[in-house]
Amino acid sequence: MEPAKASPLLQITGLKKHFPVKTGLFGRPSSSVYAVDDIAFDVHAGETLGIVGESGCGKSTTARLLMGLIPPTAGTVRFDGKIVGSPALPLKEFHRQVQMVFQDSYASLNPRLTVEESIAFGPTVHGVSRREAIARARSLLDRVGLDPIRFAGRFPHELSGGQRQRVNIARALALEPRILLLDEAVSALDKSVEAQVLNLLLDLKDAFGLTYLFISHDLEVVRFMATRVLVMYLGKVAELGPTEALYTKSRHPYTSALLGSLLSMDPDQRTERAPLAGDPPNPIDPPPGCRFHTRCAFAEAVCSLHEPVLHAAGASHAAACHMVPPNGEHSKSGMAMKAVS
Amino acid sequence: MFLATSTKLLEPILHSPGYWRTVWTRFRRDPVAIGAGVVVLALILMAIFAPLIAPQDPYQGMSLRRLRPPGTPGYLLGTDELGRDMLTRLIYGARISLFMGVTPVFVALFLGTTIGVVAGYLGGWTNTILMRTVDVFFAFPSVLLAVAMAGALGAGIGNGLIALTLVFIPPIARVAESVTTGVRTRDFVEAARASGAGAFLIIRKHVLGNVMGPIFVYAMSLIAVSMILASGLSFLGLGVKPPEPDWGLMLNTLRTAMYTQPLLCALPGVMIFITSISFNLLTDGLRSAMDVKS
Amino acid sequence: MDEPILEIEDLRVTFTGGAKPVRAVDGVDLSLRRGEVVALLGESGSGKSVTLRSVLRLHQENKTKIEGRITAAGIDVMALQGAALADFRGKHVSMIFQEPMLVLDPVYSVGQQIIEAICKHENIAADEARKRVLHLFERVRIPSPERRLAAYPHEMSGGMRQRAMIALALSCHPKILLADEPTTALDATVQVQILLLLRELQRELGLSMIFVTHDISVGVEVADRIAVMYAGRIVEIGSVRDVIRAPRHPYTIGLLSTRAHGGRLTGNRLPAIAGSPPDLANLPPGCAFAPRCGLASSQCAASTPPALSVKEGQIVRCFRVDATAKVSA
Repeated sequence: MEPAKASPLLQITGLKKHFPVKTGLFGRPSSSVYAVDDIAFDVHAGETLGIVGESGCGKSTTARLLMGLIPPTAGTVRFDGKIVGSPALPLKEFHRQVQMVFQDSYASLNPRLTVEESIAFGPTVHGVSRREAIARARSLLDRVGLDPIRFAGRFPHELSGGQRQRVNIARALALEPRILLLDEAVSALDKSVEAQVLNLLLDLKDAFGLTYLFISHDLEVVRFMATRVLVMYLGKVAELGPTEALYTKSRHPYTSALLGSLLSMDPDQRTERAPLAGDPPNPIDPPPGCRFHTRCAFAEAVCSLHEPVLHAAGASHAAACHMVPPNGEHSKSGMAMKAVS
Repeated sequence: MFLATSTKLLEPILHSPGYWRTVWTRFRRDPVAIGAGVVVLALILMAIFAPLIAPQDPYQGMSLRRLRPPGTPGYLLGTDELGRDMLTRLIYGARISLFMGVTPVFVALFLGTTIGVVAGYLGGWTNTILMRTVDVFFAFPSVLLAVAMAGALGAGIGNGLIALTLVFIPPIARVAESVTTGVRTRDFVEAARASGAGAFLIIRKHVLGNVMGPIFVYAMSLIAVSMILASGLSFLGLGVKPPEPDWGLMLNTLRTAMYTQPLLCALPGVMIFITSISFNLLTDGLRSAMDVKS
Repeated sequence: MDEPILEIEDLRVTFTGGAKPVRAVDGVDLSLRRGEVVALLGESGSGKSVTLRSVLRLHQENKTKIEGRITAAGIDVMALQGAALADFRGKHVSMIFQEPMLVLDPVYSVGQQIIEAICKHENIAADEARKRVLHLFERVRIPSPERRLAAYPHEMSGGMRQRAMIALALSCHPKILLADEPTTALDATVQVQILLLLRELQRELGLSMIFVTHDISVGVEVADRIAVMYAGRIVEIGSVRDVIRAPRHPYTIGLLSTRAHGGRLTGNRLPAIAGSPPDLANLPPGCAFAPRCGLASSQCAASTPPALSVKEGQIVRCFRVDATAKVSA
């Protein structure tokens, strides 16, 4: 699917996470939440891969799986060609390369530690002396726009949301990682502060040559940040492609519906019809066939019978829809979705 | 190098008052808690300096002066059934009573916290095995458990301490487990795991600081219970043995004089009451002082 | 122009529960006409929700000081006491919230709760009330309404719960509906549905509505007028078109330009508003936005800017409206 350039920095194959919800007799699970169900994608060095989707689509579970915070039901994550968690790349080594920023800036800082102690914790775990770790913490605070003399000795509750998220970014950078996983990292911030943090993230990416995985429900922000976008729906990859191609020539009806749900900001062009009816279905018992067929305007018999696979739909662009392959069973197969501006 | 580190960055920074500093500031503004704290401190000082304060010898009785009512000249609070000075014995009684109240709780605090935090942080099977074992002990009423264990081990201060410690481990472990489970799922613990830290380091650096407060407050509230239970054991003849001055034991031995000198009989009970209510009020004050909101 | 259905005059709300008094709302004037929708836009701590809650007097009485006048549907809200206040809530003015799970009682079915609400305000039989709820459920487009009456809140999806809460709010035919970020917790595809539903109900029932939101695009979608709040004051108010196309307060201008939209050319940065929102317990004298404002002069730091009418119906609290006219043009 990807042109044969440099091998991907991060390679995810067959990743699954099923959470048992009810346990029957003798603790045997009787049904499961299919939070992430067989997804595969690559992350290339230097890019920003945006992951979008609604609540319950599995984007946050994907983040936690990638970080090794929860064990996968199946599948592997390769970093630089080495399987994460194997003797060639133990989890602890992997964590030096990949770090994460969480949505809730307050909950992700230990309330009993000062800002510099929180940032310095990671390096000390990896054998950096305390003195050097503190020096690094202060230098990072300076780098994320917080004066170390004023902020290093403060506690999280004394900072504003934007300042706390800067601290979290500094904490994630303290291990000098190559990949930063941003899980709704700006979603809880006020708009005026969000822009500052997005700019900071762009600056840091340029300065340190970072690779971002940018997870968000906000399509506008993802369009601004990402070079490629992955759309998830009920634990599956719906569409994956370069940002502009995906935003202007989306091939999956779900992507089109998401884009159609964006509000216009123009009082003379208000939305007149909702692109989708109802809520996303429950991932406990996902519908058979294409998981989107219960809400899809183009659904036909084939959609509820067979699960579509990711099919190439342009340069580096793929969508899991029966309408994408040219000779499919769907009456509209091979037709491009109408462009959504 | 990813970042240039310079010595300039180790210059002094502005420090905010820490959490415990804030708690202390809030605690100081609570007159009830401060009052209770003063009483507890006075009791402790009284226990330590008993030989200096007490007017008489706690073991030396005068059979001619038995069961004198409070206010008798030379015996401010009267004399007991063997003619020993009540005031002296009450002062000396603070030693054993406080010791029996505090020691089992602190030993149980250490053991119960260890069990609870490990069970809460590791979860899964470790949690199930540890906490179900704890639950078995929890199923018995604490008085019954203490009496049964002290009875099985035999009378004496040492055995009484062991019995009381065993009684307090389960509730402390329960509390420790539940607060740890709450902290374990917080994002900052996830972030610490994501930085590659092991379980022991995370517990030490991130979990303990956030769970010790509530566990400690809970344990403090058990001191009063422990004192009352210890008194109960002594009263039943399972804890402290005569002629040691212990408030619970004094209640027991004086009960024969219940109808002739009721005021005198009530005195050890009054001491137990004052001590336990002071500990309880102190705990309440601590609890609300620690409830700092951002 | 007919007289307003809701009039807020010089509203000041101070929270006295903490160590320092916090002035959350600092002199808000707002009038809502019949059948009009006003979006109250602002960031966290701007006082938008506090203003809204004051209309129903939802603040803890012993920890809050409310000054000013609020007149809703001809009733002096500040003078209401006890039973009269309880009757006023829901009957004349009702409210929908961001999180229906906090409003709906988890141990009663949704239908039961709405029936109870109706019976509390009106003297009608339970089966009469039940009929009305069924009708309301159809109105807010809850599929298979008969069955949903018996459903418990946790059995419904987020969007469905929001519809149920709207039905609850409309159950006693209020004239004024207050909406506190009702779509913020919803997914984008569901948010559109709820916004369209609210717009339709508002039009058909002739409701007057105040819609609190932090998202300008939501405001544009539902409102006739937009009021922008910052640090407890309305800094700009005007018709949606004027505020969006010709904003005159530097904060509004900043908010509009700071939005990430469209693709980004390599190397581009967002025009961001510097600094962070002020601490309400330590407000600077003068204009609260001055420390973050690129146009601020010495006058801005010294005194509070008065309300200036820059155009028919557009009022701005700023000393530098001459400068902003150039920026926004």
